[in-house]
Amino acid sequence: MVTFIIRRLLMMIPTLFVISVITFIIIQLPPGDYLTTYIANLQETGEEVDEAVIESLRVRYGLDQPLPVQYWKWISGVVVGDFGQSFAMNKPVSELIWERLGLTVTISLVTLVFTWIVAIPIGIYSATHQYKLSDYFFTFLGFIGMATPAFLLALVMMYLSYRWFGTGVGGLFSDEFVGAPWSWAKVIDLLKHLWVPVVVLGVAGTAGLIRVLRANLLDQLEMPYVVTARAKGLSESRLLVKYPVRVAINPVVSTIGWMLPQLVSGAVIVAMVLSLPTVGPLLLRALMEQDMYLAGSIVMLLSLLTVIGTLVSDILLAWVDPRIRFGGQEA
Amino acid sequence: MTDKIEHAETSTMDERFFMASQWRLMWWKFQDHKLALFSSGVVVLFYLVAIFCECLAPNDPLRRNASRSYAPPQRVRLFHQCQIRWPFVYPQVQHIDSETLARTYTNDTSTTLPIKFFVKGDPYWLWELIPMERRLIGLGSGERLYLLGADRLGRDLYSRILYGGRISLSIGLVGVTISLVLGVIIGGVSGYYGGRLDNIVQRFIEILRSFPTIPLWLALSAAMPADWSQLRVYFCMTVILALIGWTGLARVVRGKILALREEDYAMAAKVCGVREFTILMKHLVPGFLSHLIVTVTLAIPAMILAETSLSFLRLGLRPPTISWGVLLQDAQNIRAVSLYPWLMFPAAFVIVAVLMFNFMGDGLRDAADPYSH
Repeated sequence: MVTFIIRRLLMMIPTLFVISVITFIIIQLPPGDYLTTYIANLQETGEEVDEAVIESLRVRYGLDQPLPVQYWKWISGVVVGDFGQSFAMNKPVSELIWERLGLTVTISLVTLVFTWIVAIPIGIYSATHQYKLSDYFFTFLGFIGMATPAFLLALVMMYLSYRWFGTGVGGLFSDEFVGAPWSWAKVIDLLKHLWVPVVVLGVAGTAGLIRVLRANLLDQLEMPYVVTARAKGLSESRLLVKYPVRVAINPVVSTIGWMLPQLVSGAVIVAMVLSLPTVGPLLLRALMEQDMYLAGSIVMLLSLLTVIGTLVSDILLAWVDPRIRFGGQEA
Repeated sequence: MTDKIEHAETSTMDERFFMASQWRLMWWKFQDHKLALFSSGVVVLFYLVAIFCECLAPNDPLRRNASRSYAPPQRVRLFHQCQIRWPFVYPQVQHIDSETLARTYTNDTSTTLPIKFFVKGDPYWLWELIPMERRLIGLGSGERLYLLGADRLGRDLYSRILYGGRISLSIGLVGVTISLVLGVIIGGVSGYYGGRLDNIVQRFIEILRSFPTIPLWLALSAAMPADWSQLRVYFCMTVILALIGWTGLARVVRGKILALREEDYAMAAKVCGVREFTILMKHLVPGFLSHLIVTVTLAIPAMILAETSLSFLRLGLRPPTISWGVLLQDAQNIRAVSLYPWLMFPAAFVIVAVLMFNFMGDGLRDAADPYSH
């Protein structure tokens, strides 16, 4: 098990290296750099463009150097936690992103838990009541849930709450807490607002999980061991929890790997609709303004989260399923 | 006696079953799946509408009309002064509040505007080729029909949704085609030759897959210069969507090829001196074509959603191009939506299209699985 984890950890290094190169290339793709955007903005507002100032800015940000040098400057900083300077906001990137990243992770994790709490009972119920009206109801609901993109759901929720309560549901904090330092009151306020993005983000995953769980459980319910257990007089509910559910729940674990990245990237769009103070809106703005270090660092950190998510799910899976654990040691 | 007849009947049934081609078997099984059959019908209908949207739209989708800014949907009615009539609408009258400049609309119930078929409307070009004037429905005589209301500039939302369907639905098809070609070639080569090449390709796919999709899309779309032509942006969007979609297909293809290349018939072809690429494309790929079709059907709705999301964030297609995502940009402003809820109509079309594709793919999957009964 330990060698398995160490090997997977070592594999992360080349992966992250390639990701960082691709990220850097994509960030550099748009013609021009931050300074050209900056100059264009100045000209639009009719201000004078001072060549000397531009030149000094160019030297200061290292934009006059060849790309490999720029990449090296960036990545060698990232490794030790220095993400460089945000051009547009003139602040170190790390100052801008940690709180937002923390909120992004919080939302994703809470959504994951929400998904399980809702999906597992419904999936079990649906499988044990196959082809009953309630099963059809949940199946249909699941399909709708999967077909509705999260941002549309966010829009609908905004609309309904605006219609019924006269206020938007956007944001994660009440006005008085927006800039305030962290305190218990602020945490409680956060919890009050958190359910909207969690529900919006969780619906698609919940719907998918219900379908997977239902299909797996249906397969298991026909197995001879279930018949044996029933013949021995085990009560129906005990039997269910004791054997088939334990087997059927396996994919729930294996899906964390793709659920977490999906949640993180889904949260980017939902955050823009609901105007949440997470990394999504910041990333969009940075991309638009060609704020290279900020955008690059956000993409890089989100990728890191994705890689870690995959790693966690692989470890969990190896832990739950001995076939994978031992297969890994032999190879 | 009856026994014999029954026996004969079952044997002809069996014979029919054994003689049937793979596709015929799939079709029989698919027919049993009523919901999937219905959904396929709807999908075909959607694409027909997308192809003939010019004729079906009652108005020119770009035609502005200040006197109908944010006009609500016109209800099609059957009763006028307690008498049953041919379907008609009441003419809308705009009132502008002199103080707040707010626009309100009332129906002028004194006259009726009957709905006419194949009526002369705004002239248009069918597929940019054939000049035409007749539209499927309309009011004729210069009156405009607003079935689903109008947007801020007084453009007819119903016509715009029909035109948007053309872009949104086709972008899914084109994107999937590109990712299919990439996936089959790369996955096929990787699975067939195996060894070191396979290893490199698989690592590369793993890395691509560990990118969070939406930030990657955002970054790529933000790289599109703002002054590109509509066509170029459209093409670029399909490529961006396809670039990320192909990895899943390549994995499916590779897995199947790995299993199939050990089969005797593949070996036989090799011994006969068939070129390796020909073996791959002619002998191995048809072996899992049905599986591939299912994967593709389920990939199309994902692409439609991706286009909608990106355009909605103003990173994909841009006006004056009309797509469902572009139309939904108007719904970003929650105040506007609460005042003019019909701006959300494009969302309903997106959801129905995606839902129907999912049902169809589900039915196809059941039909393509030779082990299910």
